[in-house]
Amino acid sequence: MRKPKLATVWMDGCSGCHMSLLDIDAAIIPLARKVDIVYGPLVDAQEFPDDVDVTLLEGAISTQEDVDKLQQIRQRTKLLVSLGDCAVTGNVAGMRNMVPVNKLLQRIYVEGADENRCIPGEGLPPLAKLARPAQDFVKVDVCLPGCPPASKVIAGFLNNVLDGRKLEANTKIKFG
Amino acid sequence: MKRITIEPVTRIEGHAKITIQLDDSGKVTDTQFQVTQVRGFEKFTEGRPFYEMPGITSRICGICPISHQLASAKACDAIMAVRIPRTAQVLREVVHCGQFVQSHALSFFYLSAPDFLLGMDSDPATRNVVGVIEANPELARAGIELRKFGLQVIEGLCEERVHPSWVVPGGVKTPMTVQFRDRILAGLPQAMATTEKTLGIFKGVLDNFQEEISNFGSAPSMYAGLVDRSGSLQMYDGLLRFRNGAGEIVQDGITADRYADFIGEATVRNSYLKAPFFRPKGYSQGSYRVGPLARLNVADAVGTPRANAELLLFRQRFGRMAHSAFLYHYARLIEVIYALECLKILLLDPDVLDTHVRATAGVNATEGVGIIEAPRGTLIHHYKVDDNGAIVWANLIVATGHNNRAIGDSVRQVSEHFIHGDHLEEGMLNRVSAVVRAYDPCLSCSTHAIGAPALEISLLDAGGKVLDCLRS
Repeated sequence: MRKPKLATVWMDGCSGCHMSLLDIDAAIIPLARKVDIVYGPLVDAQEFPDDVDVTLLEGAISTQEDVDKLQQIRQRTKLLVSLGDCAVTGNVAGMRNMVPVNKLLQRIYVEGADENRCIPGEGLPPLAKLARPAQDFVKVDVCLPGCPPASKVIAGFLNNVLDGRKLEANTKIKFG
Repeated sequence: MKRITIEPVTRIEGHAKITIQLDDSGKVTDTQFQVTQVRGFEKFTEGRPFYEMPGITSRICGICPISHQLASAKACDAIMAVRIPRTAQVLREVVHCGQFVQSHALSFFYLSAPDFLLGMDSDPATRNVVGVIEANPELARAGIELRKFGLQVIEGLCEERVHPSWVVPGGVKTPMTVQFRDRILAGLPQAMATTEKTLGIFKGVLDNFQEEISNFGSAPSMYAGLVDRSGSLQMYDGLLRFRNGAGEIVQDGITADRYADFIGEATVRNSYLKAPFFRPKGYSQGSYRVGPLARLNVADAVGTPRANAELLLFRQRFGRMAHSAFLYHYARLIEVIYALECLKILLLDPDVLDTHVRATAGVNATEGVGIIEAPRGTLIHHYKVDDNGAIVWANLIVATGHNNRAIGDSVRQVSEHFIHGDHLEEGMLNRVSAVVRAYDPCLSCSTHAIGAPALEISLLDAGGKVLDCLRS
């Protein structure tokens, strides 16, 4: 029997949710025996594969490229999980939403620079007007809130999914 | 003309894009290292109360949140114009040591060890931490435990591992318990044994990487880092020093409030990451490096015996000034030894259990700067507030920013050396990624991937015909 495929994706976030996943410590060893980690910042996979069973998505959606990627991930994933508050609500990534994008860029790259004062753009994805949660764009199957979600929550969730148990909210899940 | 794009660069903390341009003969003519995200903390924090800043800026980075909290809290201490209780400073340093151990262990074991232990040219499908677990379970487990030890220091004091709210303006929230102190003291020998053993293994495999050592960002550069008054390595509360590639001190004794006299920032047209420069030399000549290798180059010595002994061996082998970016990995392990030795000293401090750990005050200055050495290098938080303590202006210079141009130069050197001809091998491109990994950039501080196919590398001839294509 083939092992389930797990992907992890990092959008507009701080990587804290990925760190909380690693904070299961040595439990990553039995986990790695149960699943193939087929995509994500920890492995060298080079394209988001087909037929992924579970994708953990960290971060908000902040550019059109994020949207395109999210849609591709949705098509190729059975169970899409918003991991952490930025993916679930926009959270800290969304704190920029009250500032118009041009003002934000002006402040950092023109007022905030001593040399070459200009707004960068060459070959870069333009920022969308808003940083938004994943479910604004695609169907999300499970939300695991938290900034970050506790590693026990992530591990408990993964083990339930992988062992085919029913998913239940537990008291360790909280925002913030 | 041909163009190669590596995107995203894998096994780094964040996302970057590398483009390599080749001429018709297959010679590298240009390379670009691009950071493709901006999050705007400096703008959207305007109007927030200054005491929220450690909590907000912690979210810049989930890998080294403590670093941002400490730099931020130091800037807040300056706004309150308080000298924090001595025990508070000791406790901040304890948690900072924990941060160094966990962050360096992550970089070494989880991100870069696959290249050393499995090989630069090994199968990319298994060239990752799971592959290391399969190939060398004992070492993998030791690495996991070392990272865990560092995180237990953080968790034991702060209650949480990622984004805790224990470091506060004026000090820390709660004192240390005797149980915590004894538990960490008891764990230190094992953590030290793991680190020394790993360093031994790393020294043993170094000879297999002569070509990488010689070509991974090996040009001399200027370096910056904090040192104490005697010139020894400092992580939490030192003075900023710049040393040039020949080893001469170009600037010394820079206090936090004077950083802007010496560090300017330039915008880069094709990257969201700005490029700081050493102001007295101007933008074109002012590139410098920070982080573990830079700190060991900048400091006269390391103030703890085992780490200093290792530093002497390091200098015997690579010279007083070591320039190869590959040696960042080596420097990182020496710093873990240093952090573990410091932890012991700090935990045995007679004041460590004192319960006076927080000074309170309102707004007594309208400007404050906090500088620390984060695991990846010098980190600067600079705030201006109004009389009510609302932020009116903020500037953040993150460790990876300082290295922006050096990483770009290193990418070019590696590309020129390892990539040629009309035939691509995955291992060539992994080396280009590996030099970025050596700097352990924390691009999550300012970056994230764009949504094109993750990695597609094509060699095109002048007419746009695909000569070779790598994709998986």
